[in-house]
Amino acid sequence: MFSQNPIMNGPNYSFNDAPPKANAPEGARQHRFDPYTDNGGSTLAIAGADFTIMAGDTRLTSGYSINSRYHPKVFKIGGTTADQHDATLVLSVVGFAADGEALKERLDTICKMYRYRHGKPMSVKACAQRLSTILYQKRFFPYYAYAILGGLDDEGRGAVYSYDPVGSYEREQCRAGGAAASLIMPFLDNQVNFKNQYVPGSGEGHALQERERNPLSRGAVEILVKDAFDGAVERHIEVGDGLQMMVITKNGIEEILQPLKRD
Amino acid sequence: MDTLVARYSRPTYHQDELFSEQEQQDLCEGGMPSLKFAMPPVAHPSAWLRAATDDRSNPSCPIKIAHGTTTLAFRFQGGIIVATDSRATAGNWIASQTVKKVIEINSDLLGTMAGGAADCQYWLAWLGMQCRLHELRHKRRISVAAASKILANLVYQYKGMGLSMGTMCAGVTKEEGPALYYIDSDGTRLAGNLFCVGSGQTFAYGVLDAEYRYDLSVEDALELGSRSILAATHRDAYSGGFINLYHVKESGWERHGFSDTNPIFWKTKLEKGEFSNVTSDLSERV
Repeated sequence: MFSQNPIMNGPNYSFNDAPPKANAPEGARQHRFDPYTDNGGSTLAIAGADFTIMAGDTRLTSGYSINSRYHPKVFKIGGTTADQHDATLVLSVVGFAADGEALKERLDTICKMYRYRHGKPMSVKACAQRLSTILYQKRFFPYYAYAILGGLDDEGRGAVYSYDPVGSYEREQCRAGGAAASLIMPFLDNQVNFKNQYVPGSGEGHALQERERNPLSRGAVEILVKDAFDGAVERHIEVGDGLQMMVITKNGIEEILQPLKRD
Repeated sequence: MDTLVARYSRPTYHQDELFSEQEQQDLCEGGMPSLKFAMPPVAHPSAWLRAATDDRSNPSCPIKIAHGTTTLAFRFQGGIIVATDSRATAGNWIASQTVKKVIEINSDLLGTMAGGAADCQYWLAWLGMQCRLHELRHKRRISVAAASKILANLVYQYKGMGLSMGTMCAGVTKEEGPALYYIDSDGTRLAGNLFCVGSGQTFAYGVLDAEYRYDLSVEDALELGSRSILAATHRDAYSGGFINLYHVKESGWERHGFSDTNPIFWKTKLEKGEFSNVTSDLSERV
């Protein structure tokens, strides 16, 4: 029966038994299909009470080479025109830059079509579900992209939806993606969701009271984002150069660019 | 040849367009879960997909898909209890501690998620659509047997392509009473009283089998579901986070919380004296 425990039985994938044996003669060339490159970088999204901040660094790497110091990973989605001045949603993508770009273009086209047809911008909830089906449509030839979608929900609260490459998704308070996700995420757990923070002197051992969770202000979140990236730049080679931040509020989307260390 | 001619003999006003008419239609109306999938341009798509996504056969695979779970469901006199943990892992990395592994197919049917998170989410959403269509066509609710068979037949069509899902469908109908089915990506479909699915299944079975009776009260049944998941999160590293509890009745399903395992664990240990293998006093290490 279905168990993913490798000790109990196999991996439980219904893949056909073995890969086709290459019984080519000695010295024959084998053609491989390697459509993916990891272009590094990291993204981050935090939802506040009435805003959402989406951020990403702007470095593009391939192996140990830095190929660009300004290649954005965070995009406005679904405005009426190419300059996206009236967009209400933001998408961030990390992984393979070309797949990310293709995904962005596709989602943007769909949101535009929706806007022309319905005469109103797509809600984050609807767009989030649509992005999931777009990703799953390539289940057998996935986009190598970790996407995060941000916006404001119907009640005006900040909303962040995070995805895996084949489209499973979840609404969250905050999420880090990409190369430095494992460096940034624990910091966010502690600073945004107050994980492992207790009220001093509120009890002994297991009776300790958890620190009360209250929504962060925009200023506090902006500082948190900068700190998270400064930390990641210090310890990850694929992160650096520039920090791009999009702040989504009911008044529109504000873009902020800040320098990061360039070494 | 004809297809080639057709491709290049479009009217000039169409030639500048970025998308074909079919693509345009997909962009506008493709919002619903469908059976159209892009395929890699290789001779053996499933072998290629495994090399790219299966971190067990290829630990350095570029795309990591979220996995790992304990889910359970059991039938009893008061309906069905469905309980899950909430952890998603990609290799050793805990990708999320807040996954909703109970999927609400519609107001009276529940599905559970083990294996590929996207596979379960997508196909259970698709199943919800099929169930609604059945309702519209036949003017009555679909039976759990029929719903589970739609899903089983679907995954059987994709057998060998790399889908990874172990799911349970739970619902209570007038004809069937409480009905529970297990479906997995191999195409297996089983009816039963009690199932545990996922990497923590053995640990959950251990507790559930010991205490399970069909005539359990609702309160005891909820407690047993929760306690079985707790046991699994304690011994299976791939399970953890929160306990998601549901009770399915003929009037539909009911949520009974999404509760953090850590305080529940300490409550269970300190108040009931269970988990005596764990010491709460660091000075008396065994």
